[in-house]
Amino acid sequence: MADFIDAFQTALGLIVTLNHDLVEILLLSLKVSLTAVVIASVLGFAIGGALAVVRFPGRGAVSAILSALMGLPPVVAGLFVYLLLSNAGPLGVLQLLYTPTAMIIAQVVLVTPIIGALTRQACEDLLEEYDEQLRSLGASPTATIVTLLWDGRYRLITAVLAGFGRAIAEVGAVMIVGGNIDHVTRTMTTAIALETSKGNIALALALGLVLLTIAFAVNAALVSVQRLAKRLAYA
Amino acid sequence: MEAPLTASVQKLLVFLLFLCALLLAAPRGFAADQGFILVQSTTSTQNSGLLDHILPKFTRRTGIEVRVVAVGTGQALKNARNGDADVVFVHSREDEERFVSEGWGVERHDVMYNDFVIVGPTSDPAGIRGLSDAEQAFEKIAMVEAPFASRGDNSGTHKAELKLWKNSEIDPLRSSGDWYLETGSGMGATLNTAVGKRAYALADRGTWLGFANKNGFEVLVEGDRQLLNQYGVILVSPERHPNVKAKMGAAFVDWLTSTEGQKAIASFKIDGQQLFFPNARPRA
Repeated sequence: MADFIDAFQTALGLIVTLNHDLVEILLLSLKVSLTAVVIASVLGFAIGGALAVVRFPGRGAVSAILSALMGLPPVVAGLFVYLLLSNAGPLGVLQLLYTPTAMIIAQVVLVTPIIGALTRQACEDLLEEYDEQLRSLGASPTATIVTLLWDGRYRLITAVLAGFGRAIAEVGAVMIVGGNIDHVTRTMTTAIALETSKGNIALALALGLVLLTIAFAVNAALVSVQRLAKRLAYA
Repeated sequence: MEAPLTASVQKLLVFLLFLCALLLAAPRGFAADQGFILVQSTTSTQNSGLLDHILPKFTRRTGIEVRVVAVGTGQALKNARNGDADVVFVHSREDEERFVSEGWGVERHDVMYNDFVIVGPTSDPAGIRGLSDAEQAFEKIAMVEAPFASRGDNSGTHKAELKLWKNSEIDPLRSSGDWYLETGSGMGATLNTAVGKRAYALADRGTWLGFANKNGFEVLVEGDRQLLNQYGVILVSPERHPNVKAKMGAAFVDWLTSTEGQKAIASFKIDGQQLFFPNARPRA
């Protein structure tokens, strides 16, 4: 119990004093995860939309693989990207290992299947409703996808939030490709893992509380955008 | 369908812009400041706080920033074999010597030592408190099958522990999952497990002293010669990996083994206790 109380006090102290290291780590976490989510959204919308609309052999299998990849363990994504970016790997010349860019790439790998699979589902549901209408208009596949994405935009926000949740919470991938280097690639989750291993349980928990608060703020912001947009649309 | 098509073009443009930004920003951003070296080191040097104590001194002297990836010795050497390090600073002599003899490293230098300790609950169910023989302590733990938390991760500490088991002619792996618990994680995480399970563990003294979650645990066995823990530093071979920053890496190796670096190591204390004992051979 003492650790919990200590954690709350520490968390409050860290926030109130705007601890410099904490701010730096927090900003890096947000930069990495938000960038990854933006890129993964663009990829995921495109892949999900295409899978819903375009018929091709093996489409069912691709959808199933995409859904299964939602369960990709972060450590595996991290290892995959590590092997690509390592100096012994095919992309070693880019010198991206142990940089924030490497962490963004790993999180894009993790998050794209989540947003892609949820987008495919949302678009498929809408397509059932709109299919005839779109066909009678003679809409091209691209136009159909864009229409579905636009009409499903509120649902897609939920998909984006699911992806953001995954990105901001994961530690396995960023630990491997980022290396948890102080002032360079240390994020909230790798800092939490580090403090836990130092036995600073209360501080680790406090960092966790701060992270949750920030995640909550990002969620609240996106949801209010969603609400506002809806209200304007139906006003 | 005019509007959606323009929208799709816009989205495509945004996407391409992102890709370009990503590809352009990244390599240039990191090519610009070459004033750093990458050191693969172990959790014991980082978690104890030693690196935070000595690295700023090196940076002040040379202007070279040191970026540390702290993993187990096994992983550190593996990453260095892949060319993902300029210098390795680890503690498993046989592995280090193999690393050099296989041509991955230039030369190995002794830097410092500390020692391992056997920690356990104050209640000490196996009765090992005060023993001066680590093998005997391990035998007693195995005899009463008291829980023991092992790193199980190929780290330097793990290898030292396995050597002790081997010398005492006990095969703890047969009891893995029973009283012998392989955590497969770092020193701190293993200590957390040990404390939670009331299990004995072999820890390096540095991490133990810096560890905050002791919770009724204490050092029970120490001082055996077999518990000495030697650290070495190696410059990764620039012949094998042309990307190695040989000059700056060598500067770090030289500094660590210089009088100044050795003094910095000796001056690192927790609660008045010196944690690491410099023993680099004086260099011409």
